[in-house]
Amino acid sequence: MGTGLFHAATRLMWRSGEHSPGLVGSRAQVSHPAKQVKQLDRVIIRFAGDSGDGMQLTGDRFTQETAAFGNDLVTLPNFPAEIRAPQGTLPGVSSFQVHFADHDILTAGDAPDVLVAMNPAALRANLGDLPKGATIIVDSHDFTARNLTKAGYSDNPLDGDTLAEYALHTVDLTGMTVEAVREFGLSRKDASRAKNMFALGLLSWMYGRPTESTEAFLTKRFAKVPDIRDANLTAFKAGWNFGETTETFVVRYEIKPAVMPPGTYRNITGNLALSYGLIAGGVQSGLSVFLGSYPITPASDILHELSKHKGFGVMTFQAEDEIAGVGAAIGASFAGQLGVTTTSGPGVSLKSEAIGLAIMTELPLVVVDVQRGGPSTGLPTKTEQADLLQAMFGRNGEAPLPIVAPQSPGDCFDAAVEAVRIAVTYRTPVIILSDGYLANGSEPWRIPALDELPTIDPNFATSKNYGDGDDAEFWPYLRDDATLARPWAIPGTPGLEHRIGGLEKGDGHGNISYDPANHDFMVRTRQAKVDRVADSLPPLEVDDPDGRAKVLVIGWGSTYGPIGAGVRRVRKAGYHVAQAHLRHLNPFPNDLGEILKRYDRVLVPEMNLGQLSLLLRGKYLVDVVGYNEVRGLPLKAAVLADVIGGLVAEAEGIEVDLTPTSTDQESVR
Amino acid sequence: MTEPLTELGIPAFRSGTESVPTTDEKQTGKDFTSDQEVRWCPGCGDYAVLKAVQSFLPDLGLRRENIVFVSGIGCSSRFPYYLDTYGMHSIHGRAPTIATGIATAREDLSVWVVTGDGDALSIGGNHLIHTLRRNVNMTILLFNNRIYGLTKGQYSPTSETGKVTKSTPMGSLDHPFNPVSLALGVEATFVARTIDSDRKHLTGVLAAAAAHRGTSLVEIYQNCPIFNDGAFDAIKNPDTKADALIPLVHGQPVTFGATLDDGPMAGKGAKALVRDEQTGGVKIVATADVAAEDIVVHDAHSPDPTMAFAISRLTDAGYLNTSPIGIFRQVERRTYDDAAREQVSVASNGSANDDAADRTARLAALIGGGDTWTIL
Repeated sequence: MGTGLFHAATRLMWRSGEHSPGLVGSRAQVSHPAKQVKQLDRVIIRFAGDSGDGMQLTGDRFTQETAAFGNDLVTLPNFPAEIRAPQGTLPGVSSFQVHFADHDILTAGDAPDVLVAMNPAALRANLGDLPKGATIIVDSHDFTARNLTKAGYSDNPLDGDTLAEYALHTVDLTGMTVEAVREFGLSRKDASRAKNMFALGLLSWMYGRPTESTEAFLTKRFAKVPDIRDANLTAFKAGWNFGETTETFVVRYEIKPAVMPPGTYRNITGNLALSYGLIAGGVQSGLSVFLGSYPITPASDILHELSKHKGFGVMTFQAEDEIAGVGAAIGASFAGQLGVTTTSGPGVSLKSEAIGLAIMTELPLVVVDVQRGGPSTGLPTKTEQADLLQAMFGRNGEAPLPIVAPQSPGDCFDAAVEAVRIAVTYRTPVIILSDGYLANGSEPWRIPALDELPTIDPNFATSKNYGDGDDAEFWPYLRDDATLARPWAIPGTPGLEHRIGGLEKGDGHGNISYDPANHDFMVRTRQAKVDRVADSLPPLEVDDPDGRAKVLVIGWGSTYGPIGAGVRRVRKAGYHVAQAHLRHLNPFPNDLGEILKRYDRVLVPEMNLGQLSLLLRGKYLVDVVGYNEVRGLPLKAAVLADVIGGLVAEAEGIEVDLTPTSTDQESVR
Repeated sequence: MTEPLTELGIPAFRSGTESVPTTDEKQTGKDFTSDQEVRWCPGCGDYAVLKAVQSFLPDLGLRRENIVFVSGIGCSSRFPYYLDTYGMHSIHGRAPTIATGIATAREDLSVWVVTGDGDALSIGGNHLIHTLRRNVNMTILLFNNRIYGLTKGQYSPTSETGKVTKSTPMGSLDHPFNPVSLALGVEATFVARTIDSDRKHLTGVLAAAAAHRGTSLVEIYQNCPIFNDGAFDAIKNPDTKADALIPLVHGQPVTFGATLDDGPMAGKGAKALVRDEQTGGVKIVATADVAAEDIVVHDAHSPDPTMAFAISRLTDAGYLNTSPIGIFRQVERRTYDDAAREQVSVASNGSANDDAADRTARLAALIGGGDTWTIL
């Protein structure tokens, strides 16, 4: 971008292109108070505002800058289901939390160190999550009587001493933004909309974030509206310069880049990683991906993303409803493509009968369930993992199917490839259980080398498989001895014409059969086929560093981060605890039962009322202990540490004291 | 997207089976008959339709392995088991969705849906209308017996109001659907009606439906001898059918009833359709009472479905004493599946036939895109 577009903006001599990551402090040429630089090993920042204030964008940009800087990071977007909830109200508050550090971290953090609140509602909605001493930066502009009332404040909290225990910075972000962009002649409303970029500029200064990616982003995003583009760039720079030149902020913070394994990284959300994983599954299997889908929060972004990649032969069909989406995917699979359908829990309910058809017809199908709070419409934009039992059992009859779950945003890629492998190899629908937190949250992702991925062989049937010579026939249910998979003969293959359907099949020949013994055999065989998947799985990894733990914590899905962070706290305090995390929920790994029985206590934290606990108890007769929350938010590491500590005390007959010995609870490697 | 034009400025559209491989081998109905025992009730109209389809398929000259029949649930939905092609007997009401996936995935397949009045119009009504509006290349055979047969005799969405059935001992309360009106209402591109017992008419309609590129809806009146016997007697009885059936032939004036022996309309029927100034629709008059030029000339190719819809309204909603049959509408419109494949082809920009190594390289570029950083 040219330097001319901001030279008159703030008269603070910002020069684009003069700085490089990590060296941002040395550039301004105006005199300003000396700033202290404080070293931190990690920070949790929460941007909060009205749902129209652009907080998700602000958080996302700060995240990209942080990723480019080289910190490890985890994010937690949190927004209402309403696109524009009533302005200035508590239900309309949207927030974005980013946790970044100079070391490997696992969660978006329990409690923010810094809250940026753009209005009274954002302050009120988030204040309860702040520890004493946290920094609060508020935009004072919106603290009017009307907005205070809307947020439920009778007195202005910025006056008086109600916030005395926090480091409060009251700044007229909106007023300064409007002033900074005055030259562009925008309406006051349009001008004030750039206040999120002012806030971003300020925080970017405070934490020494590199700014090029945001400048490039704004330039591209608003390329067609030059005055809006320039206003946003100017506001961003004005925010930076405000931090640097005024006496309001006397401290800057430095968080050194994290030491991470070698490789090329990018920041990625779960939905994007899952989309890429499905495309990779198509490439690795040589099959065209056919997505049949109906828009639903929080899964729609997968439909949006895949629709951009038709160049890979990806076909996306936005169906008239959830059932049509899965129906078309089943049709595409019958025709020899990789049928995929993406949805959330309510959509899985609607698709249940069709998924049963795919189980009966034994066709490959990938069903993505990005879980959200339920039942019914529930909490569309909040996370939960309460669809496990629906995935396991939510169909009529004995209808088993394999289930896989990703454990972090980047891991959604691998989970998708694994689902494709199982679906194609075993001719079965597979459910991927992601969730809202994984879908929208992000983390640095080491981009995999493609030779690390499995090759998936569709192994289409090309010839008759029963009898010889002129009497030879094609039997669509004659199975492979090892996998129990049936042959996949696609239309267009001469001589293999056959009919399949939802009615029970005779073993082998596949004709309709109502024979009692045959039905019993086929029900058991379909179950056995799914069970065979376990033979293709590696042993379950158990993290038990010195083998002395008596307590095992086992989870699945997005609880991986909080469980891992909780386990670190307990170990840091000097205690022993083992951790395992399940990628495969059905079938379970073959060694799971033996592992569970090795420990005196097994803790199963879940964002549901004990669904994995029920399965583990039922299958292995192990008296697992659940820790369960359904608050629409990720579990907190500190809470889990306390629960684990309690179990360690019980199991080992000792007193457990988890008092931190360091300010960094996650730094134990 | 622009449609290709011929020299005459008329869109040069393709046949419904144009991309399906053909065979030079002589085929007979026997080649399309599977080894499965047919299990419909004796006297069921489905037998006649099955026989007609088995005899008709060889006329298409397509390779048998490139034909797919998909059905939902109901008596008629057993159809695919009896044809020696690829087939799927799916779940209730959803056959059009599965057929959409098949037809969109594979240009080289001839896709057929077999469904009934309950399957297509009740549980699957949503899929039917959306498939018709998208115009996915497939032929839908809608067997209408105006009753639920497989579940043993409840009223269906095409049953006449007041019908006494197992579930409606005091008479049904629902107003029925007219499947042809429904299809015309959603601007289906091919809409026809025929009768199970009229082999010649049925075969003619099937041929036109198969040749049409897009969704062809063929309603087939089909008698259920067990639960709704006689529903179509008025239009089948040799004594009454001339006055009951209104045959539609593109380009011909619409007349029916006893053949006139003399006068300017000799050879035509004694009854004719004319525009009804009062309603904006059409009405039945005595041919002798109107001028020849006032008689409606059937135009199945009109881009505007209004007249076809008006004609479809002559179908009795109650017991069937009057019904137009034939091809109501046959117009050309780009199909969903052709357009979807074209988008893929455009996006692939010549890379559709990449070898595995090329695809892997493009995948690596995709996932390695965005803002990246490298740690050594």
